[in-house]
Amino acid sequence: MKITSPLLGAASVALLLTLAACGGGDSGSEGAAEGDGAAAADCEPSDGEVSLTFFSWVPGIEGVVDIWNEQNPDVQVEVQTGPNGNSGTYQNFFNQLEAGNPPDLGQIEFDALPNFRVQDGLTDIGGCEGVMDSQEQFVDWTWSQVQLGEEDAVYAIPQDTGPMAMFYREDLFTEAGIEVPTTWEEYAAAAEQVRENDAYITNFSTSDINQFAGFVWQAGGSWFGNEGDTWQVGLDSEESVQVADYWNGLIQDDLVSTLPPWTTEWDNAYNSGDAWTWISAVWGANSIMSGAPDTEGSWRVAPMPTWGDEQAAGNWGGSTTAVFKGSEHPHEAAQFALWLNTSEEAHEALIEAANLYPATTEGQQLPALSEGVPFYGDQEIYQVFTEAGATVPTEWTWGPTMTQVYNDVSDGFSAAASGNGSLAEALTSTQESTTSALESQGIPVGE
Amino acid sequence: MSATPSSTAYRQSPVSRTVAMLVLGVFTLYFLTPIWWLFIAATKERGDLTTTNPLWFSDLNLVENLQGVFSYGDAILPRWLLNSVLYAGVGSLVATVLAGMCGYALAKYAFPGREVIFNVVLGGVLVPATALALPLFLIFAQVGATNTFWSVFLPSIVSPFGVYLARIYAASSVPDELLEAARLDGAGEVRTFFSVSVRLMVPALVTVYLFQFVAIWNNFFLPLIMLRDERLFPVTLGLYNWNTVVNQVPELRLYVLTGSLVSIVPLIVVFLLLQRFWRSGLGTGSVK
Repeated sequence: MKITSPLLGAASVALLLTLAACGGGDSGSEGAAEGDGAAAADCEPSDGEVSLTFFSWVPGIEGVVDIWNEQNPDVQVEVQTGPNGNSGTYQNFFNQLEAGNPPDLGQIEFDALPNFRVQDGLTDIGGCEGVMDSQEQFVDWTWSQVQLGEEDAVYAIPQDTGPMAMFYREDLFTEAGIEVPTTWEEYAAAAEQVRENDAYITNFSTSDINQFAGFVWQAGGSWFGNEGDTWQVGLDSEESVQVADYWNGLIQDDLVSTLPPWTTEWDNAYNSGDAWTWISAVWGANSIMSGAPDTEGSWRVAPMPTWGDEQAAGNWGGSTTAVFKGSEHPHEAAQFALWLNTSEEAHEALIEAANLYPATTEGQQLPALSEGVPFYGDQEIYQVFTEAGATVPTEWTWGPTMTQVYNDVSDGFSAAASGNGSLAEALTSTQESTTSALESQGIPVGE
Repeated sequence: MSATPSSTAYRQSPVSRTVAMLVLGVFTLYFLTPIWWLFIAATKERGDLTTTNPLWFSDLNLVENLQGVFSYGDAILPRWLLNSVLYAGVGSLVATVLAGMCGYALAKYAFPGREVIFNVVLGGVLVPATALALPLFLIFAQVGATNTFWSVFLPSIVSPFGVYLARIYAASSVPDELLEAARLDGAGEVRTFFSVSVRLMVPALVTVYLFQFVAIWNNFFLPLIMLRDERLFPVTLGLYNWNTVVNQVPELRLYVLTGSLVSIVPLIVVFLLLQRFWRSGLGTGSVK
């Protein structure tokens, strides 16, 4: 009998843990509820020394935060890190919100903000000192995306952006005597000429849907809209279908390749001169440098082709710094987020550490971003992106179920690329699946 | 009729030997090619990674890569490796001791509820570790212990399969007469276990240790959910993190590859040292 007791003991410990888990769940959510009431009402500074936790996957973020910690002995920020958002961090954030222990601040990409908002995971920092006044420092579209359709609310501070432009092989275009296209019409014509040279003008991404979303964004469309709690779904809107038909034509005529992006195969197409342009975001400059090292000096950057005479650009990527629900120090957290994303020293450190392209107009003018880049034949490429950033339409809105949208569109696009259906059909079917996904989460969908 | 006596001879015929060797050769190649690829990639410069033959050397750059990967991010990689060794090495040692004691007790002592406990443990074998990660996170969150060393270590010291194996093995390899003799000589139950039974159970315990070591080393999901402090990461999670931000910091692509090569070395070492025991451990259960 001596032997039985440890085993029974172990069993009862397990039982106790289970009970504790059930009982504790309630107290956790109560705590969170109290916290959010205080945060929404006002945003007062806390007394005494404050310590904050900040989750970010930006490489080298610790060095940037150290600058703040030195200057603010009373508000110390501890960095937490992990994989990028969609590789596990967003799921972790939701788990932590559920368990009542999220960090005070976290990095969230623009396209994921609505999901956190709908799940009630964010603190409105619109009432915090300096937040509303900072609006004019930011590129227009970024501000409308952190307000999420509410006039007096601000759910995050924009951090970085990805304005889009066209990377092109200047040497190959000149050699073949083809004009660098400035409109989509010219781009399609140039695609045929490039094809005669046994190459493709570009590679269309059927799996990373953010590129296509950037195209629709440029055309002035929007996949979502929201008024109050009601959401509209516009995947099959006029602009969206127009862009889809355009690329569908190029794919049908075998004028663009459809290699999976971010693979060795794809790198090789760009490195070996099989693909002549890439319409991508500002951070794409590094992707080409690392993926196509043999092409040094041959690439240039031009504004992305347009639908009419008016200049407009899309955006691909970018993230924000948000304050999570339940943070006990929203005032200090907001001050830190503002410093991180508007101050010159923080911008310089972020550019240095991880090539982040700032969301403020001033940040985009920093010396580090106005120099010529040797890989691009000393062209001042960031000027092109700064100008592009100013022409990004402000109508675009992300939805609360972007993971599902990306998956569904990607499935449809991949099928279309292998000859089953069209890009537009993929959008129509995703329109339906998205509407039912929203409804099944209890999110009202309007017309 | 004449086929029956020749069947043993058939098994040793040169043809079948050749076929067997061929199959083994193909599988060896199949398993070693990725490691070879990894080794080659880790010796290359970043620019050569996509542009040169992936299965053969270009410029030898292994030493520079190793220096780079070990010093990147305030030399965080050695820390991750140490963490992995602690989680897997110490964790599986504790797990083996616990599983060995538990299995031995289930095999050698008759008490009410013994079969119930054993069946519950056996059911635990069927539950994948991944499915337990989230409930564990919520439990640890209740006691404020997420993002600590213990949040990964404690769940790692439980091995239902180890209990199962230890029970089966103890039942067949530790004779009751020997335990009686030990008791008559005045040894207590604990002393009997550690100085008599453990020695007889070594092959099984080594097997449990190896299984658990590999399981903890490769358990990626639990640390992913539990940990937010980079200094607590095991090497698998750390490398995964790097891999997700390759777009922002292109040199990380090479560091992920070099780091992966470094991270499989401890596994290879453990296997080479303990495989002799493991083979006998696996075989013994089946012959009984």
